[in-house]
Amino acid sequence: MVTLTAPETTTPTATIDLADSPVRDLNQALHEATDGQSWTVANPGGKHSLAVGIDADISVAINGHAGYYAAGMHKTGTVTISGNAGVGLAENIMSGTVHVKGDVSQSAAATGHGGLVVIDGNAGARCGISMKGVDIVVGGNIGHMSAFMAQAGRLVVCGDAGEALGDSIYEARIYVKGTVASLGADCIEKPMNIEHLKELEGLLAAAGRTDNPADFKRYGSARNLYHFSVHNSASY
Amino acid sequence: MTITSLPQDSVLPAGGIPAQHTEELGLRESATFDRATIADIQRAAATGVYDIRGWGAKRTVPHFDDLLFLGASMSRYPLEGYREKCDTDVVLGDRHASRPLHLQTPVTIAGMSFGALSANAKEALGRGASEVGTSTTTGDGGMTPEERGQSKHLVYQYLPSRYGMNPDDLRKADAIEIVLGQGAKPGGGGMLLGQKITERVAGMRTLPVGIDQRSASRHPDWTGPDDLEIKIGELREITDWKTPIYVKIGASRPYYDTALAVKAGADVVVVDGMQGGTAATQQVFIENVGIPTLAAIPQAVQALQELGLHRKVQLIVSGGIRTGADVAKAMALGADAVAIGTAALIALGDNDPRYAAEYAALGSAAGFYDDFQDGRDPAGITTQDPELSSRLDPVAGGRRLANYLRVLTMEAQTIARACGKSHLHNLEPEDLVALTIEASAMARVPLAGTNWIPGAK
Repeated sequence: MVTLTAPETTTPTATIDLADSPVRDLNQALHEATDGQSWTVANPGGKHSLAVGIDADISVAINGHAGYYAAGMHKTGTVTISGNAGVGLAENIMSGTVHVKGDVSQSAAATGHGGLVVIDGNAGARCGISMKGVDIVVGGNIGHMSAFMAQAGRLVVCGDAGEALGDSIYEARIYVKGTVASLGADCIEKPMNIEHLKELEGLLAAAGRTDNPADFKRYGSARNLYHFSVHNSASY
Repeated sequence: MTITSLPQDSVLPAGGIPAQHTEELGLRESATFDRATIADIQRAAATGVYDIRGWGAKRTVPHFDDLLFLGASMSRYPLEGYREKCDTDVVLGDRHASRPLHLQTPVTIAGMSFGALSANAKEALGRGASEVGTSTTTGDGGMTPEERGQSKHLVYQYLPSRYGMNPDDLRKADAIEIVLGQGAKPGGGGMLLGQKITERVAGMRTLPVGIDQRSASRHPDWTGPDDLEIKIGELREITDWKTPIYVKIGASRPYYDTALAVKAGADVVVVDGMQGGTAATQQVFIENVGIPTLAAIPQAVQALQELGLHRKVQLIVSGGIRTGADVAKAMALGADAVAIGTAALIALGDNDPRYAAEYAALGSAAGFYDDFQDGRDPAGITTQDPELSSRLDPVAGGRRLANYLRVLTMEAQTIARACGKSHLHNLEPEDLVALTIEASAMARVPLAGTNWIPGAK
């Protein structure tokens, strides 16, 4: 059993080895952490609920693969995963940054209210489902039903998007560089104005990417399903 | 529903027949096409959309009224009504959580959202519940400061929509209720029509003002009991294993759902029968999906008993609780606590006859008003209209609710003492008989005067 000691202000980084310590010890230590600290997680082994509920401006490096809900309900600071992540990465993120260097499973950044989620690889189905203000930048492709009921925030896809993109979308904005297999109900392509190019440029820069904003197309809500109408019954 | 073509005595067409004369004339109403059914067809034909309304199932179903208690007699001693103690407290969530709730009465307030209800109504619920030492519950739309401030014990609902969900409120909650469904609509998501999506409600839900909001029926980041176990693990990690976690299900397959909720790690299982209320749901859904509360309780209790966790994982039952007798019957069948929603709103002033003229103007009547989705509630409860909301004084409303909760508790104690029980939890199925074969089969207690339980092995 490794002794868990919070990092001294003089020591730059504390390490928790999950080969020796339970996830409970990791999260308890992170909840007691103070602003400015750096933590490293060794041997994460795909365990669930790693670094969830962070409430201090700290940086956490997870060196390996994470299971479900990594960085769930993240509120401040940075979590970097040098590996892949499972279902529900950064679910309900409020602010701060979560960066995954590999691929992620479905429901990435689900219901996120704010902050930035960067995925260098691909994301599975339902990426950005019910997003409420989070910004998501995916370097690769995203799966089907992504941005389902997306309410607010921006989803940037540098690869291709799967079936039914943006189904029942509200006011979120989607930018896709590659192909879109199909659009979901009430989601349409929209013109790229200067405002959108600048917004996209900023998002790509924040994610450390060099893609050209002019190569993307924008998608959003046609706003036809915002009110119940007997004439819309075929759309549901 | 709102009656678009008024059928009878409220407004008489020229030369119409007063309702009270229909029988004298020998007119026969169809049991199949009764007046409410005819009005439904006429409304559908006129509008082209289904009826959306509040309240729970209005149809007749076997209920607590079909059960009776066997008071103490030769073989059992009753307790003295005003001298001997009959405790009512309940601990909820001590299976895994380090800070379980300890309530003074087993009657809790069910989840109802700010949005569906006015801020004053939510505050009144918090005040009333806190006064008697019980809990209140948030809803689809997040936690308001009014509600947190006035609620001693606040249960924070974790819903598929996750409107307003945030880790700060999660950490402030006294318990977390993961909602899979509700009795009025097992398998259905939330609904809030544009009239109630004001700027404040829209802001809390991150939605455009004035749209018809349909929230999701499935959680966005987990599917099935194996995922739920991991999700519960995440919520426990975020709250450092302090906060009790409930799982709420709408009663449809309560035996399996209870067992799976327990397996997934729930501290408390909440089972809501089909009479449980809603703020806005399709009438066809309310009346035709789900099973009665009476049928759900024994199935949930059986699941807990077979797992050896009855009384260790607590069971909260809701859906049609009105009196202390209902509370006592639910507990005798094995519930640890109950929750009230519709009855709590009535205690606050919902469907009060003093608003008779205004209900009539809306095409309804006191005792019938269920258009909670419309936001025009004369009692100021199911509305976001500032003028209507201001009619409900949260202090006075809270006092009425506290009175009502005390009556429910004292009524339940009265029955428990008569059955010789020193705590409401000591009530048991052996204290009950059924009046009808249907209730006997569902509640699994004998038909009165017999030893017969239909379907019992």
